[in-house]
Amino acid sequence: MSIVINDYIARIEEACGEERDYIIHFKYDKKEEVITKILKKATLQKTTAKIIFDLKYKETYIRLYATGKAVFKKIKDKEQLNQILTELLS
Amino acid sequence: MFDPYKIREDFPILKRKINNHPLIYFDNAATSQKPKQVIEAIKEYYELHNANVHRAVHTLSLEATELYESAHEETAKFIGAESIEEIIFTKGTTEAINTVAYSWGLRNLKKGDEVLVTLMEHHSNIVPWEILSKIKGFKVRYIDVNKDGTLNQQALEEALSPKVKMVCVTHVSNVTGVINDVRHIAKLAHENNALILVDGAQSVPHIPINVKELDCDFLAFSGHKMLGPTGIGVLYGKREILEKMEPFHGGGEMIREVSYNPKNQSCKITWNDLPWKFEAGTPNICGGVGLMSAIKYLKNLGMDNAKAHECALTEYTIKRLQECEKVRVYGPKDTKVKCGIVPFNLEGFDSHDLALLLDTYGIMIRSGFHCAQPLHQRLELKSSARASFYIYNTKEEIDKFVEVLKEIEKSL
Repeated sequence: MSIVINDYIARIEEACGEERDYIIHFKYDKKEEVITKILKKATLQKTTAKIIFDLKYKETYIRLYATGKAVFKKIKDKEQLNQILTELLS
Repeated sequence: MFDPYKIREDFPILKRKINNHPLIYFDNAATSQKPKQVIEAIKEYYELHNANVHRAVHTLSLEATELYESAHEETAKFIGAESIEEIIFTKGTTEAINTVAYSWGLRNLKKGDEVLVTLMEHHSNIVPWEILSKIKGFKVRYIDVNKDGTLNQQALEEALSPKVKMVCVTHVSNVTGVINDVRHIAKLAHENNALILVDGAQSVPHIPINVKELDCDFLAFSGHKMLGPTGIGVLYGKREILEKMEPFHGGGEMIREVSYNPKNQSCKITWNDLPWKFEAGTPNICGGVGLMSAIKYLKNLGMDNAKAHECALTEYTIKRLQECEKVRVYGPKDTKVKCGIVPFNLEGFDSHDLALLLDTYGIMIRSGFHCAQPLHQRLELKSSARASFYIYNTKEEIDKFVEVLKEIEKSL
């Protein structure tokens, strides 16, 4: 993982289920910063009570939660995920 | 009297707030929370009695040995086993099933034989048999389930033949909560001269179990799903079968003698008595102590009461979820045939999204395949969300859960 990712991410889980999504747990004390960064770079499609942010970044769908967690959808593999996270959090 | 509100006072973790909401823990099929009695028993063991078990002469070792053996005795009584010789402590259900696969299966299965496994099994009752089948050349055959997630009895009866040597079945599905009629399945297996292995991971913590009444040959279950610590589980086996079986793990504790013969430069090894011949190396002594405390706690509450409480919660949840237009509940709805597990999905959300969203309200559920991918494929589900209950859950928690789901529905 890149230095940027290490700074912001506590844990990455590959979800089981037919959808091979990735669940990202951002570091709790960095969650506000992470949300601000991602909202700046990704396109906001919908927000629900400012608890959930549905976003699109390139071909990736992101559902970002105010609790500092996110689901990254339509990701090919972990390498692509790392690339996207680095871009979003740099 | 069974009082979930009083029970809750024993569980320190239930006082926590998650994301500024009181914790609602509905992930009990994954693991249960621990009462202070179990936490204290573990603490007391390490503070006062810690030593290695067996073959030592000092006071602490004797105390640790007595505690560890008492844990086996308590477990035997809890499931109606004849004696501690039928109770092997393992790391958990998975290791218990692997013990049967490798101790029994490796020596008794061959090409041409069949092992029956139901489609509703947890991966832990599928994968060991698939691995072993590649080594030994026998066939693993899968028994179909009906569209509601119940076992297809006809498929089971049709699959039974003289080729079948083992029937592997979960007592309670970890996805749908369906309770299988193990007693009947055992009868069918035995009429066919096959053995039956029951995965009790989701039944032993929740319903009264008597292995003699079930007439199962093996029963596997985990301590951590029944208020005990992680890393301790149980394999029950009928004594006459265990006596004939060879151990899977080799090491200290499980041998009586390892005598070296310098003439032919080899060791002659004789096994220890049951159950120790299956417990190689220093065991999880503290885990056993914690499990014993958990069993005493459950016995004190009464397993009939636990079952009735969880059935009532399940019925109430299913009824209240009908108020949510976009929620779909899977599996049978009748609590006569199921335990306290409710699988569901919310239209427009995949299960992981739903679990993450509920987490923002302090509600812990599980999402995904729940280690039962074949069942999801059979039920044509991409994944599922799962709420699972235990002795400390309340109707008020279910009310909150349903209200949050309704709120989410409205926002869609």
